[in-house]
Amino acid sequence: MHDQPRYKPLGETGFFADKRQSRPLIPGTVARGDLREATEFYTGKNTTGSAAEGTDDLDYFPIAITKEVIERGHERFDVFCSPCHGRLGNGLGMIVQRGMKQPPSYHTDRLRTARPGHFYDVITNGYGAMYNYSAQVSPRDRWAIVSYIRALQYSQNVNKTNLTPEQLAKLPVPGARPVPGEESIPDLPIAPPSPDQMNLPEGAPLPPGAPPTPMSPSILNPPPAAKAGEAKQ
Amino acid sequence: MPQIFSFSSNSYTRVGIIVGLITLVGVGGLLFQLGADSSYATNEGVARVQPVQFSHSHHVSSMGVDCRYCHTSVENSDFANIPPTKTCMNCHSQIWTGSPELELVRASYRTDSSIPWVRVHDLPDFVYFNHSIHVKKGVGCETCHGRVDQMPLVYQKGSLEMRWCLDCHRNPQKYVRPHSEVLTMGYKYPPNQEEVGLQLIKEYKIQRLETCNTCHR
Repeated sequence: MHDQPRYKPLGETGFFADKRQSRPLIPGTVARGDLREATEFYTGKNTTGSAAEGTDDLDYFPIAITKEVIERGHERFDVFCSPCHGRLGNGLGMIVQRGMKQPPSYHTDRLRTARPGHFYDVITNGYGAMYNYSAQVSPRDRWAIVSYIRALQYSQNVNKTNLTPEQLAKLPVPGARPVPGEESIPDLPIAPPSPDQMNLPEGAPLPPGAPPTPMSPSILNPPPAAKAGEAKQ
Repeated sequence: MPQIFSFSSNSYTRVGIIVGLITLVGVGGLLFQLGADSSYATNEGVARVQPVQFSHSHHVSSMGVDCRYCHTSVENSDFANIPPTKTCMNCHSQIWTGSPELELVRASYRTDSSIPWVRVHDLPDFVYFNHSIHVKKGVGCETCHGRVDQMPLVYQKGSLEMRWCLDCHRNPQKYVRPHSEVLTMGYKYPPNQEEVGLQLIKEYKIQRLETCNTCHR
């Protein structure tokens, strides 16, 4: 009764050579409703071929970015990425402090201008010392994480003129920092903005080609260089 | 020859046999129950020796790794997964790469063989259990699993007996937490937990599922 002779997840058996009760999927198996026809969504690559631009990474988000998506990305980022990349994305997570190879900070020009598809591709296939996270993070969550990375990048690179007076008042006074000892704290003591601080319309998808306004969704898509490439097609 | 036993000893013997039998059954039952509830039978509090001396205490408390980094399916699946070896190697391909403690992990990754982890929480097979719904309805990890962040080797905190399940199924307001605190270790319940609990029950649409076929289906 307690232990019935049936197979359970992660159970052991002497019947199969690999001793696993859970059988591996036959290559090419498609779960019902999971054909993954939306290549761009599942690979983060342009299907129309843009090798001429030097990259085939997707230059837009294939999902609508809403506040909920960014919040989901925030949560998933903290779970799966922050151990190495740090909560701020500066590459100084706890595992790095314990000897992991330090990943690059997101707050560099190279990664600020990198396309969303690039981040998606790195999560899906790994990069350098980073193993892939395709088994741990679902495709939709990967895009959510990318949207949050954009928010993180924006949080560390905001033009002062885009801030409201209330937000300006919250800024640390120059000279008041650093507090003694704080230099050794790897994560900067400034918290990333919550998505509602970014003036994102609640529940509304961001139009991919929206004209850039202050605090516009353009932060979620790559800057003009990439846009120009899109127009050529 | 005089009678050795008086006439009344017939009655004494009968009464003695009955009382003796009752006592025997009573004491036997009591001992059986004590045995069945003991940690020897329920495995409560018994730390399992694992093939790799993985310390939750180290990885959770010192490294701050989220539960879901490894246990990815706890929110979505009826079965809460043990991570595959690759999850270990995400970090240990770079750190502690020469450690003899981790040789089994590296060997498992090289040869694509499974690490024979010893299962700690094993419900009887006649019990239907869905892990994800408990997480989604605001049952904290700690409520069933205890302070895993303080366990060098994991042990089973609850008895996993039916009354242990029913205690919460009958009085969820005693244990339910807000969603934001589900993963918190060392959560301090508010002093008015009964009220908060009842409010959460309404908000999360928690049902008091006490019918037999909730679990025995």
